[in-house]
Parts: sequence; structure tokens; C-alpha cells
Amino acid sequence: MRRVSIVGIGSTQFRPETPEKNFKELMYEAASRAYIDAGIDPRKDLDCVITSSEDLWEGVAIFDEYVPDQLGGVLKPVFTVGGDGLHGIIHGYMLIKTGYFDLVAVEAHSKASEIEDIDKVYRFALDPIYIRPVVDQPHGLAALEMMNTMRLFDITYDILDMTIMKNHLNALEWGSTYARIFDYENIEASEYIAQPLREVDISPHTDGAIVTVLASEEKARELTDDPIWIDGVGWATQSGRYERMLHNPPVALNTAANKAYEMAGIENPFKELDFAEVDDRYSFREPASLSMLRLDGGNLMEMVSEGVYTLDGELPVNTGGGFLGNGYPLEAGGLMKLLHAVKQLRGEAGSNQLDDPEKALVSTRREIPSSSYAVVILSR
Amino acid sequence: MKMNINFKNRVACVGAGMTLFRRRLQETPDELMWLAAKTALDEAGLTIRDIDCIVFGTAPDNFDGIHMQSEALADGGGAINKPYTRVFVGGGTGVFSAIAGWWHVASGLCKRVLVIAEEKMSHVQPHPQYLFHHIFDPVTEKPLGVNLIWIFALEMHRYMYKYNISKEDIAKVSVKNKRNALDHPAAQLGAEITVEDVLNSEVLVWPVQKLDISPVSDGAVAIVYTDEEGAKQLTDEPIWIEGVGWSLDTMYWTNRDLAFPTYLYYAGKMAYKMAGIHNPRKEIDFAEVYDPFDYKELHHMEGLQLARKGEAPILTREGVTERDGDLPINPSGGLLGVGNPIAAAGLMKVAEVFWQLRGEAGRRQVKKDVVTGLAQAWGDLMQVGTVIIMRR
Amino acid sequence: MKPNNPMGNPYRMSDIEEGRLSYTEDYFEVWYRWSLGKYLGKYLEGLKNGVILGRRCRVCGRIYVPPREVCQYCFRETDDWIDVGDVGRVNTAVVSYIQADRTRIDKPLIIAVIELEGASEGMGILHRLGDVDPEDVISRRIFGKKVKAVWKPPEERTGSINDILYFKLVEEV
Repeated sequence: MRRVSIVGIGSTQFRPETPEKNFKELMYEAASRAYIDAGIDPRKDLDCVITSSEDLWEGVAIFDEYVPDQLGGVLKPVFTVGGDGLHGIIHGYMLIKTGYFDLVAVEAHSKASEIEDIDKVYRFALDPIYIRPVVDQPHGLAALEMMNTMRLFDITYDILDMTIMKNHLNALEWGSTYARIFDYENIEASEYIAQPLREVDISPHTDGAIVTVLASEEKARELTDDPIWIDGVGWATQSGRYERMLHNPPVALNTAANKAYEMAGIENPFKELDFAEVDDRYSFREPASLSMLRLDGGNLMEMVSEGVYTLDGELPVNTGGGFLGNGYPLEAGGLMKLLHAVKQLRGEAGSNQLDDPEKALVSTRREIPSSSYAVVILSR
Repeated sequence: MKMNINFKNRVACVGAGMTLFRRRLQETPDELMWLAAKTALDEAGLTIRDIDCIVFGTAPDNFDGIHMQSEALADGGGAINKPYTRVFVGGGTGVFSAIAGWWHVASGLCKRVLVIAEEKMSHVQPHPQYLFHHIFDPVTEKPLGVNLIWIFALEMHRYMYKYNISKEDIAKVSVKNKRNALDHPAAQLGAEITVEDVLNSEVLVWPVQKLDISPVSDGAVAIVYTDEEGAKQLTDEPIWIEGVGWSLDTMYWTNRDLAFPTYLYYAGKMAYKMAGIHNPRKEIDFAEVYDPFDYKELHHMEGLQLARKGEAPILTREGVTERDGDLPINPSGGLLGVGNPIAAAGLMKVAEVFWQLRGEAGRRQVKKDVVTGLAQAWGDLMQVGTVIIMRR
Repeated sequence: MKPNNPMGNPYRMSDIEEGRLSYTEDYFEVWYRWSLGKYLGKYLEGLKNGVILGRRCRVCGRIYVPPREVCQYCFRETDDWIDVGDVGRVNTAVVSYIQADRTRIDKPLIIAVIELEGASEGMGILHRLGDVDPEDVISRRIFGKKVKAVWKPPEERTGSINDILYFKLVEEV
């Protein structure tokens, strides 16, 4: 079976506002970096370009018509996934596996700052008959999800506080504008948005773009001596009804992960993985994801208090600082996590660098009210 | 019989199903998805439990008035704790979702895939056209009050100018397709009309008149793919996916050659290469080309190399593209006759190729013996071509 | 005959208006503040000053209008600003009797793609034509004819594509 690898990745900085560039210029900046990183000429070499987006994040209808020029994809196979950037990676992976594509670029970006009232966009994602009349903004639903998640997985505020502090600390290295050095007083001072959800539990929005270049094994060998391999992928949607999700654990994450583990030949993920980048759009999502991904060793509280998930721990999680530390870039979320993982595996993570990591997991979930998960296993 | 030896994992279509296409349907979008999915699964002899993965196609996000609409509709497609994604390339999405389904199986990752395309346009008030206002560049075009029919009319007029084509010849496409649709059980606008009816219909944006355009519709279509092994267990008559291709041109449509669909030429080339086709005019037995406007059928035939530049109107005039002709085009009745629920209309074309190749199209069955068929769609800002080639 | 048993329950608007069917309604209103970026901003500034600006790629030599940040052929940033002039030729034109929401208008609009003379061949922009007989459009006599921009008075310009009122013919049809 031909393997698939990541041979290039490039991104803009992630910042709360980017008024100096329009979305095309942001995409172009990320794409130029990715293509230089991969050492390719997109006009000659690229076989396909994938973007991940939704129209209302952009404010135009049929967004995919705006993408080919700034990604070098004019008159090439280009398409858009209505999903997270990591879903885009999975489509690229499958395209290369068919044997007909050798080089595929995957793009995702956020211009969240240009949406004047983003809560109205979230409101529009909710069911118009059952939910909109009752709850009309996402954090209210997140609070319900939090209540349930804390109960199902025995998550305490201690776990959440440690998670928040850890991710912010990790993000400092990435030059994130959001990263703070928290102490317990800072966290205690945080106000409730909707009890039990506090302001510190929420990742703020950020702008930025990321482009990744995937290659077939033969092509990767031509381009680089140390490609990052994609060993397994999995994706699943739990349900279209968010209210049904609320009193169940996120089993679809488990479904997605099991598929990825099986492909990668991983039996004991906690032992075999060297680090993981998982969803932390809301603080409680990180411990819950770790449980569903079988990375909690059966006792979450113990693991967290022993510092297993910190940079010095046995299984560092969100080594790049995650969304809590860097901000949440809408559909580019999965690619931001992938970027952090690739930098670690390449040994380019600066003072966050782990000691010679070989295998990593990246997982993400789309924004509320979605229950679509994606999981990718990487190795060096 | 020809067989694609390049494929590692061959992909077969084993079932298709659709809802009625109508101006307004009472069913919700997820109910439409379910109806189409259920009939396709029944035809394949499978249930949702047998399906590994679901691919969903819908064109612009907001006809349903729901942001991230694919997530909200997951249940309608049976995507409960299953891999599920939505892909889109504007109006080309219908055929494109079939292409996406192909790579799910061809990659070896999935064995049985359900592809669903749904569009419910009747939600938008006062008229679905209004939503299309938002597809234009907000800086250089939207302030001019641009609408979709303008730009198609501009393209049509350029095409007529370049090859000196008459409105009469273009109207023949509308007449043919609406007549073909009389034999389609799901059709919205099957009718016996004349060229004069088209030429006397309301002028919207000259040269586009009311009967030059396909209607606004609600509807859903689904097809089922399996790998080679699965196909052999399920049916004696699998239809193989032999080639796929798509291509997206620059978004600056006013900088393009409007008389020839370059994007489709590239998309066709990719699909023909994959299917080992060197002379499309000889080797493609019939085609379902995208016809939201009557001139587009002609334009697309030329882009697909099924006719030389400027030759498609002549073939139409000579009856070559009729069901009993040498190169039947849109035997289903196309978008002009069956209806145009955007993404669903594209997948309807794939379903029609499937039924024609199996000889199950009944009164719509083309006269000649057919082995290789092609379905194509088009979309975005007149910039994307999507092509799929199927063989018996 | 396939398709087998296509299902669905059609209805008419009158079913809703006369209360036979119930429905729920909602609308979407969100403001987006799109950054113009380096190039479109300058383009609009040019329009305010009565100049149509394009961008040239020095590698392939193409001059793009509207100006682009990236050359679609070379995948590199374009190099120079070029004043492409306000005279061009009609690439294609149509007569519109409807507005964006498909309602009819009394006085038909003439819409055209105009290839500006200072830009590369085939580089057109979308705009209106004024003082044109619809018959010349319908007969396609107007195709290829020379047109020139008619600008708003400088004090009324806002930095918009609408700072050009329309293009008018400057040669006999």
C-alpha cells in the first residue's frame, strides 16, 4: 500500500484581527510558505487543492469559487469540504491512496474578526424549530454540554484549571497574543458566561490561514529526507441533533479514533503515542477527548494531577498550547493542531520541543452544534 | 468489453434512488435525504447498517437557512456515528459528490459508500434567486446589482456571437429536453413545447428567456457504491466508475474566454485519460451534460469534445442528440425538463447514466446499445466542470 | 422503469397563504466587514480619482484588471500598477429586464463585459452601458465596439465601482 506523507506546511501568524490583509492575501501568504517548505512549484506540481470552509464564516455564498487563484490551483482539480481542515486532510489522504494523485494541498483559514456579530452566525447553525427559540447562542449549549461532560467523565474544576494553565503556558512559546501566565486567583476571578462555563473555559476566536502539502510516498522521497507520515485517519459524525448529544458521551470520537488506531496498528495508544493534540475549544473538551481517545489510563484526575499531560509528562497534550492558548481559528482549527504536531515531529518546536517524539495523534471537532470528529495519526 | 486496468480498487455503482423534483415539497431537507437514500439502498439490496461512509452534497449553504447545514442534516442521511462529510463545488456539486464517493472506495478506505445530494430551494423567500446575489465579489461586482441570469446571458451572448448561433437552434435544446422529461417519473417540467413557445416566452435578460432556463426545485438523489468484491455479491450488472475529472478556473470570470468552457475541457481530459478514452466523440455512447440553460448543453458538449467548437447546435438541429440519435444527450430530460434542485440535479444525471447502462430506463431508454456513459455538471461563478464516466 | 417510485408531497404557495400548511420563519442579518487588502483598496482609490488601475505580472507580462494580488499563471505576487485607461471594447453585452431578486424593472439595463485597452487581451470588467439602443445589443452589432467610461463628478465619488456611471459608445455602431 502506498503511504501518504506531509511534506510541507505553512501558516500565517494567528492574531485576533488582521485588517491589513484580505482573506485571499492571508491564504496566499500561508500557501507561499507551504510550497517553499515543500520545495514545489504549485503551477507545475500540484494535482489537487482542497479548502475547508462554510459560506457563512466568509459572508459569501458558494465560497469555493474564491479560492483557486491564491492557492495556485487555477484550472486544476480544486474543491471545498464543508468541514474542519482535518477533514480536508483526510480527503487528501484518500485521493493520494487512489494512486491517481501525488501532491495535494489542503487549506483552511479564519477571518472571524470580520464577522461583526458572530453569535448570529452560530445561532443560524441551530435547529430553527427546536433549538433557536430556546437557546440562541453557542456558549449556552456549551454550558449544557459541560455540565454533562463533567458528570460523565468525573471532571472537576481542578482538572479544568490545570488544563487551562498548561495550554496557556505552552502557547507562550508560539508567540500567541492570547497566551497568559495564569495563577489560581486569575482563574477564580473569571466570570461565568453560563454556569458552569467560565470565560477562561472558552477559546477566543482568532484569524489566520494554514496550508499543508500532502505527498505520495514516491513523491515524498524525491522532495525530502524526513517526511512526516500519516499512518491512520478516522472521522465520524455522531448525530445531527445536538440536544441528543448532550446526555451521551462523544462516542463518534471513539469511532473515529478506533478506525485511525486500527489503520496505524496501534493497540495501546497511551503507551505508543508520544504526544497528542486534541480539541480544547472549551476547556472540558480536552479531558473528555482524552478519555474517549483511550489516553486517560483509566484515571483522569490522577493523570492530570501527576502532570502526565504537561511538556515534561509521559504523554504531553496540546504541546502548542491548543485553542485555549492560541485562539480558535474556525475551520482551520484542525490544521493548527496539525501544525503544532508537525513542528514537534520535525524537531522545530523551539523551547516546547519534546525529546525525540515519533508518533502523535491529532484530533478535532467542528464548532457547536456539530458532532463531527476527525482523527489523524502521524509518525516520523 | 473494455475494462479499466489502471484501477487498483475498482468502484461499482449498484443502486440509485430519487425523490420527486418539484417547485415546492413539504418534506424537510433531512426527510428528502432519507427518501432518496432509502430507495437507493433498497435498489442495491442493502440497509444503512451495511454502509461504511456517507458523502453528502449540497451547493450553496444557505437554501435551508441553516449554517453548517450538513451537520444539521446528518440524521437524514443515516450518518449516526458514521464517517460523514460534505463536499461542494457550487452547481457542480451533484456530480462532484459522486466523484468524492468514488475516491472513498478507490482509496481502499471504505467498502460501501452512500452518496446523497439534496437541495431544497423553496425555503428562500421571496425568491431563491436572491441568494445568488451573494455569490459575487462584494467589492467589484455586488455594488452593480449583479445577478446570476446576467452573467449567464453574457456568456450565452458571447457564445452566440463567436460562432454565429441563432436563438432558434439553442431553443431546440429546451424543446428536446422538456419532451424527454415527459417519460421521467420524477420530472417537474416535462412538456411538449415548440421552438416558437421558447422564443415567445418572457424575456428576462436578453438573450435569456423564461423557457431557456431550468426551474427552481426541491429534491434529493442518492446512489450506492461498493468495491469490486461487494458488487459481485450484490448484482450481476454492476456499473463501473471508469473515470473522474474536475477542474476549477479563476474566480475572475470577466477575464475568461466566455465562448468556450476551458475548465470543462480540462476536467474532461482528466476523466478521459483515466478511462483510457482517446476519441470521446466515438467512445462515449451517450451523455448527461449539465443544462440549467439550454445554451449550456451545447457549450458543454463542445467543452467535453463531444462536438467541435460551434458544432453542437448543428448536431442538435440534425437530431443527433435525440434519444434515437447517434449521440443521445440528456435522455433523462435534463435540468430543463426534470428540474434543477442544484446538487440533486447533478446526481440525478449520474443516476440516469446508471439506469441507462443497465437498460432500466424504460420509455427513456436510448435506442442504441450503450456501454459507456458520461455525466457532467458545472457551477460556481461559471468556473467548474465535474465529469464522471461509467461503463457497463 | 427507473427511478422506482419517486416520493414527495408537493404543495403550492396558496396552501400556506390559506392556512392549510403551517411553517416557521426566520431571517439572517449579519454584517461582514471585509478587509480590502493591499490591492483592492488601491483600485477603489484609483476609481475615486477617475483612474482604472490594473496590476502587471512581469514574468508573463499579463496586465490584470481588476487588479490581482497573485498571477494565476505564475503563482507569484504581481509587480506594477498600470493605468489601463477608461476606454475599451465590448466583449459581450445583454439587455436586462429584471433585478437581482428577479422582479421586473421598467427601463431595461444594458450590462456588458468591457475589455479595457490598457489591459491584456481578454481582461474585462463588468459594468453598465448607457445611451445604447437595446436593438444594437440584441443584433450583437455592439460587440467589439469602442466604449469610454462616464464618471461621476469628482466630489460625488466614494471609491466604488459605481464611481463610473456607465460606459458610452465612442464609435458608430
